[in-house]
Amino acid sequence: MKFKMIAIAAGLGLALAATAAAQTPRKGGTIRMTAPYGSSFTSMDIHTTPRAQDEIYAKALHRSLYIWDSTEGKPVLELAKEVVVSGGGLVHTFKLRDDAYFHNGRRMTADDIIWSYNRIMDGTKAYPGARFVRIIEGAAEVEKGQAKEISGLKKIDDFTLEMKLTEKVDPAFYFFTALTSIYPADEGGKEGFLQKPIGLGPFKFVEHVPGSRIVLDRWDRFYKPGKPYADKIVISLMGEAAARDVAFRNKEIDTSVLGPAQYVAYQADPNLKGTIVEVAEVFTRYMGMNPAFKPFSDKRVRQAINYAIDADLIINKLVKGKAYRATSWLPLTSPAYDKAMKPYPYDPAKAKQLLADAGYPNGFEFEWTTSQNESWGLPIVEAAIPMLDKVGIKVKVKQVETAVLAEVIRKGDFQAFIYSQATGPDPQAALKCFHSTTPQSACNYTNFKNTDFDKVIDEAGQTDEAAKRVQLLQKANALLFEEAPIWFFNYNKAVMAVQPWLKGIQLDATELTHQNVEDLWVDDTSPAK
Amino acid sequence: MLSFAIRRVLQTIPTVLAVVLLIFVLFSVVPGSIVSSMGDDGRGPTDPQVVERMKKQLGLDDPVYVRFGSYIAKLMTGDFGTSFRTREPVTAMIAKRMWPTLQLIFAALAFAVAVGVPLGFIAALRPGSIVDTVSMVLAVSGLSMAKFWFGLLLMYLFALKLGWLPSFGYGDGGLKNLILPAVTLGVSPMALLARTTRAAVLEIMTADFVRTARSKGMSETRVVTWHVMRNALVIILTAIGLQFGVVMGQAVVVEKLFSWPGIGSLLVDSVLQRDIPAVQGTILVVVLFFLTVNTLVDLLYGVIDPRIRYA
Repeated sequence: MKFKMIAIAAGLGLALAATAAAQTPRKGGTIRMTAPYGSSFTSMDIHTTPRAQDEIYAKALHRSLYIWDSTEGKPVLELAKEVVVSGGGLVHTFKLRDDAYFHNGRRMTADDIIWSYNRIMDGTKAYPGARFVRIIEGAAEVEKGQAKEISGLKKIDDFTLEMKLTEKVDPAFYFFTALTSIYPADEGGKEGFLQKPIGLGPFKFVEHVPGSRIVLDRWDRFYKPGKPYADKIVISLMGEAAARDVAFRNKEIDTSVLGPAQYVAYQADPNLKGTIVEVAEVFTRYMGMNPAFKPFSDKRVRQAINYAIDADLIINKLVKGKAYRATSWLPLTSPAYDKAMKPYPYDPAKAKQLLADAGYPNGFEFEWTTSQNESWGLPIVEAAIPMLDKVGIKVKVKQVETAVLAEVIRKGDFQAFIYSQATGPDPQAALKCFHSTTPQSACNYTNFKNTDFDKVIDEAGQTDEAAKRVQLLQKANALLFEEAPIWFFNYNKAVMAVQPWLKGIQLDATELTHQNVEDLWVDDTSPAK
Repeated sequence: MLSFAIRRVLQTIPTVLAVVLLIFVLFSVVPGSIVSSMGDDGRGPTDPQVVERMKKQLGLDDPVYVRFGSYIAKLMTGDFGTSFRTREPVTAMIAKRMWPTLQLIFAALAFAVAVGVPLGFIAALRPGSIVDTVSMVLAVSGLSMAKFWFGLLLMYLFALKLGWLPSFGYGDGGLKNLILPAVTLGVSPMALLARTTRAAVLEIMTADFVRTARSKGMSETRVVTWHVMRNALVIILTAIGLQFGVVMGQAVVVEKLFSWPGIGSLLVDSVLQRDIPAVQGTILVVVLFFLTVNTLVDLLYGVIDPRIRYA
């Protein structure tokens, strides 16, 4: 419910979606989406790639055990009709769909799920989905080569699967992305699979022109009655924002992701204003501080940085309002977001006072590692430098490529860095990144260690009551805010332009471009009838 | 002629070896790896266990000499290795992208030659005239314009305003989709060819043998077509040959802008994601292509002017 309210506040998009829902979906036509994060897809083997770009096509071609429901704001069952939890919350018995057919016409059974998860845990390969499947008992043994099959997965019959977990977590958050897509057991390992991938999704593979597009046709035996609506989907690779802009205005594409500059331009254009759809995505942008660097080991210094930077000014003027001010770690669309929390106000005097109390009355100098990213990189650092200078803190900028930045962060080779990190959809997993047992190389990038925080997170993991868990996670989130291991900058506002003839767009807070395409349809005003 | 050809081909071997070594060394010292690029869109933390396994699987932690040895051994058999990203053979990836790039390059150069050479000729035949001034202003503009900006202008005019052509994409590989990227890519070689042709023709027009031809009563048309054009061709051909390499380099920007599925856009994504086998393979193919074209141009000199064979 809370999610819905936030989504409503998030933008004009919901109105657009609501209008669409009120209309009768039209069958047929072609949906022309864009993949905006580069000029290629990484691989046609979706198990091998964690990139957002690849999940765009995977949403049409493949299916996982769960799927993200944007209306509910959480993952829901997809390839199973129901799940029964037993064994103290560790055993999940799935009643699988008996009407899910792969694109080669074969019906999906429990064997396919077991085969796919075993494949992902193959210790001789490096499938990124292993971090999710590892939650199943016996998966780690397969990964280490100590077992051939995951012991925690048991086929009861063709359409009943038992899954035993190692921790009491909600498996929905682990098995909803394309990284854990279900492949047909007899086809998935074959050489030709990369050339013609087979999935369970609403559209089947037709062609992939590397560097240009992927084309998919309607799968008539898709298990959701009457869906998908469209006959065809064409996903064009368009990494250049300016080219996308021309193509969108020229009605050659149906969707286009907008950057800050285009966001302003589209808002100002009466013909385009109505095409904007926006949502608060589960990404938090922040500056991480290394406690091994002496000044940052003092909480007062870290708080001083939060007081010294006028984040609102940067968001409004530089990011052009294409972000929401961060009030803590968990984003607006998180089920554990506490709307009562207020961000650190801009207060240079207080920052100076805190620095003096910490023994730095004249400030200090630090090195800030950054990429060139326009929303959470060099431009933001450059805007913050004079603000920090005002309280006596000097900044030495170290600019690296985004790929290098990820490595620098994981190795802890920094004094400070600026980054964008997924902080959802599972609030517990997002906060667990700050648990002292989480290695820096995993996601505890600021090497945060706090026993009180650990205690609250552990308690949240053990409780069976959903409301109590939320309460505990909010407490942990508040504690993190007080300890300020990072400068809380903003939550991403994802913005997409959608042609008026494309209906059914979902406000997916995990990634706006990841649409459940079976729900999309085009009316008869589409130029690609 | 055969020994001249063999000599030219043999001369390219050290260049290829130097390039192979250079590419390998460069991408061994460049920071970042495919593993670090996996998490660069911030969608979630990269699993440390997967990172370690990936490094082992791809041999990223092996000493440089081991990696180089294995790379060279594979290269000798024509194997460019397997892409870190797609897990496909690099040769297969390049093969899929080569034809669109060749289409684009040849179309761009065809445009450059078809417009640039006549423009240069006309300008040289009427030096100081309005035709000369306008064509040289066009040529300088063509050389100075940024590809990205010019491409956007063409998109705006021919796709958005006039609606004649699609603004992006490969379509079915036909002419309609090729025109805008080819003109964008061809505008600076066109400008350069116009200037080169003009300079070459102006120089030849004042040469002794041209004066002799005129004094013998040969018509101006015959002087130009028989003496001037033929002699200018060697210079123009050199410029065209060199432009192949330049155009191939510039195709990176144009392919990305127009979502053209060539090896330029493959190279960009491979570099950004540190897909080293794909980067090495792509650059090597570009270099081999450049060397092949230039060798062919050298051989053509011999056909046009036999004196060059014996030089």
